Amino acid sequence: MPDFVSTFLNWHVLITVWPLLAEGVGTTLALATLSLPIAICGGLLLAVLHGLESQPLRSLLIVYIDLLRAIPPLVLLIFIFYGLPFVGIELGPITAATLALAMNGSSFFAEIFRAGLEGVPRGLREAARSTGLTWWQTMASVVIPIGVKAILPDLVSNTIELFKETSIASAVALQELLRSAEIAQGITYNPTPLIAAAIIYLATLWPFVRLVSRIQKCSLPIS
Amino acid sequence: MHALLRHFFYFSSVLPHWRAILDGFLLTVEMSVLTILVGIPLGLVLAVIRLLGVKAVNLLVMIYVDVFRAVPQLVIIVIFYFALPYGGISMGPATATVAALSLVLAALAEEIFWASIGAVPKGQWDAGRSTGLGFLSTLRYIILPQAIRMSVPPLTNRAIGISKSTTLGSVVAAPELLNITGSLQSNTANPSFLTVGALLFILLFLPLVRWSRWLEGQMQQRKV
Amino acid sequence: MTEAAVSAESGVDQRKKDLVIIRDLRKNYAALEVLRGINLTVRQGEAVVLVGPSGSGKSTCLRCINRLEDPASGQIFLGDTEVTSRHIDLNRLRQRIGMVFQGINLYPHLTALENVTLALRKVVGLSRHAANEKGKHFLSIVGLADRFDFYPSQLSGGQQQRVGIARALALEPEVMLFDEPTSSLDPELVGEVLNVMKRMRESGMTMVVVTHEMQFAGEMADRVVFMEQGAILQEGRAEEVFGASAHPRIRDFLQRVKTGGY
Repeated sequence: MPDFVSTFLNWHVLITVWPLLAEGVGTTLALATLSLPIAICGGLLLAVLHGLESQPLRSLLIVYIDLLRAIPPLVLLIFIFYGLPFVGIELGPITAATLALAMNGSSFFAEIFRAGLEGVPRGLREAARSTGLTWWQTMASVVIPIGVKAILPDLVSNTIELFKETSIASAVALQELLRSAEIAQGITYNPTPLIAAAIIYLATLWPFVRLVSRIQKCSLPIS
Repeated sequence: MHALLRHFFYFSSVLPHWRAILDGFLLTVEMSVLTILVGIPLGLVLAVIRLLGVKAVNLLVMIYVDVFRAVPQLVIIVIFYFALPYGGISMGPATATVAALSLVLAALAEEIFWASIGAVPKGQWDAGRSTGLGFLSTLRYIILPQAIRMSVPPLTNRAIGISKSTTLGSVVAAPELLNITGSLQSNTANPSFLTVGALLFILLFLPLVRWSRWLEGQMQQRKV
Repeated sequence: MTEAAVSAESGVDQRKKDLVIIRDLRKNYAALEVLRGINLTVRQGEAVVLVGPSGSGKSTCLRCINRLEDPASGQIFLGDTEVTSRHIDLNRLRQRIGMVFQGINLYPHLTALENVTLALRKVVGLSRHAANEKGKHFLSIVGLADRFDFYPSQLSGGQQQRVGIARALALEPEVMLFDEPTSSLDPELVGEVLNVMKRMRESGMTMVVVTHEMQFAGEMADRVVFMEQGAILQEGRAEEVFGASAHPRIRDFLQRVKTGGY
């Protein structure tokens, strides 16, 4: 179908807009690289705090985590970008997006880390402590290595989600990949850039999606 | 502090527009429900198709699932709304959002159902087949009831996630809640609309998030 | 075969009809030969017990009879029907063969009665009422008439397996296959299942049993078949196979079982 190809997979259009898309990819990567570590550290902090033996703290943390999980990330972003200026906090698109993605991401990572920490049997911790290891040593040598292995597929899965989530920054005119593709589509009156953007996401993330499936298959009990 | 209250909690200025806001809220709910009603059964159908074991068809299903899991939801929505018209398929923004998100949910649901079907002990198939039940009967009366039960907690999780993604429809101007409150805010330079929007979203999703957390707890307990 | 048919027609029961006939059954998993040419005949009303060490192919042989496993070569007959034929209607065949599993495999989402009646309703096509009547009848045969609306999780292992037996019996099969029916049960629950099997034997059901319960095998079997590494080492009456005229390797095996080294 020549019609289909020249409409949706138009080589000439692609060559023309390629620099624009490449810049978009760069911005997407930058945004992901900024938000991911903050989200992971935030999540880890929340999970460790939750692990402390304080019921009031725990309840407060759960409310906070659930609030962040309940608010759609785009709502959070719009609020930060368009709302905060009214109280004098003006954040540029990339800062606002990083903040929104990191906050949202941290709530999901917190849940993953929390489940992972709780998943390590208490007995292992007690055994380690009884041989003289300090709390920190127990964490570092026993709890974290075992816990991380169990939650690895969820960690990778959530990282993929965060990477995909960067596309919402297009709503505050940050020129990441999706926005660049939209602009390119507007300039050329041709949808090829949008398809190209999808293919770029696919090419980048597909290996990780497969990786998650494979790890999950290994950890499923074989009946 | 006073500035905070004045700007973000000026509810009396929001009140006159309650009708528009309600419409937006209802559209959000409508889009979410439609997406779930289409996506989950479609996912089940795909998982059963995969079970039938025709290699070429399975390859197609797996490609579909991988594509809709790897490409961001907003990108898919934008493609449905802006790109498909070039191919002659035009749809309104809300329709495009629901169509896109249903296909994404179907891909996620397929993976969940597939894993659950695989987790049903093989002996259940043996028992069913050994009493003369055919493949489809065994699937329908013995395997699927167990698999579906197993799928409920992860599915609920995903369904809630997809419902939150209906906000992405605002980007293509679907008049759902975020769009309405966002427009009102920018038209009146009044961020209280954003607050109201956020609060309504919390009202809608916080109970669901809590319920999902409870469901997962139940599942864990039953395993022990 | 014709001989038996002639005798049956003339009303002279000279010998019982051959019900299950296995000829040169072979099966392999990749390079591993699991069955190396099994020849076995089970007559109507006979109780044949297959014994032997793990990996000897006993279960595989049993599962070939109702085609839960597919042989690589060889033939199996159920009466006049060739089980191994490519054109066989497996669903019809399996109504004539009942199977009881080591893993019990009760449907956890159905009650005991529903477990028993599922096939009666969906395969045989009985009405709900008729199926329930029949189901209760077979549940009372195995001694569980008062538990028919219990879920498997509310039953002990022994009770679950008895439901499993009722489920297989309900289709009124010509032969019952038992694949290590008590291996997964706690020791104190084994007896109730073996008792049901003994009563079944007394009522004349044709049975093929794979088991590790040597004493039970001795008491119940018309014929014992000792298998080892995919082939039949010795077969005959229990006294022959377990007694003084047993093959030396069988005596070793029995010794190991007795001392719990198994």
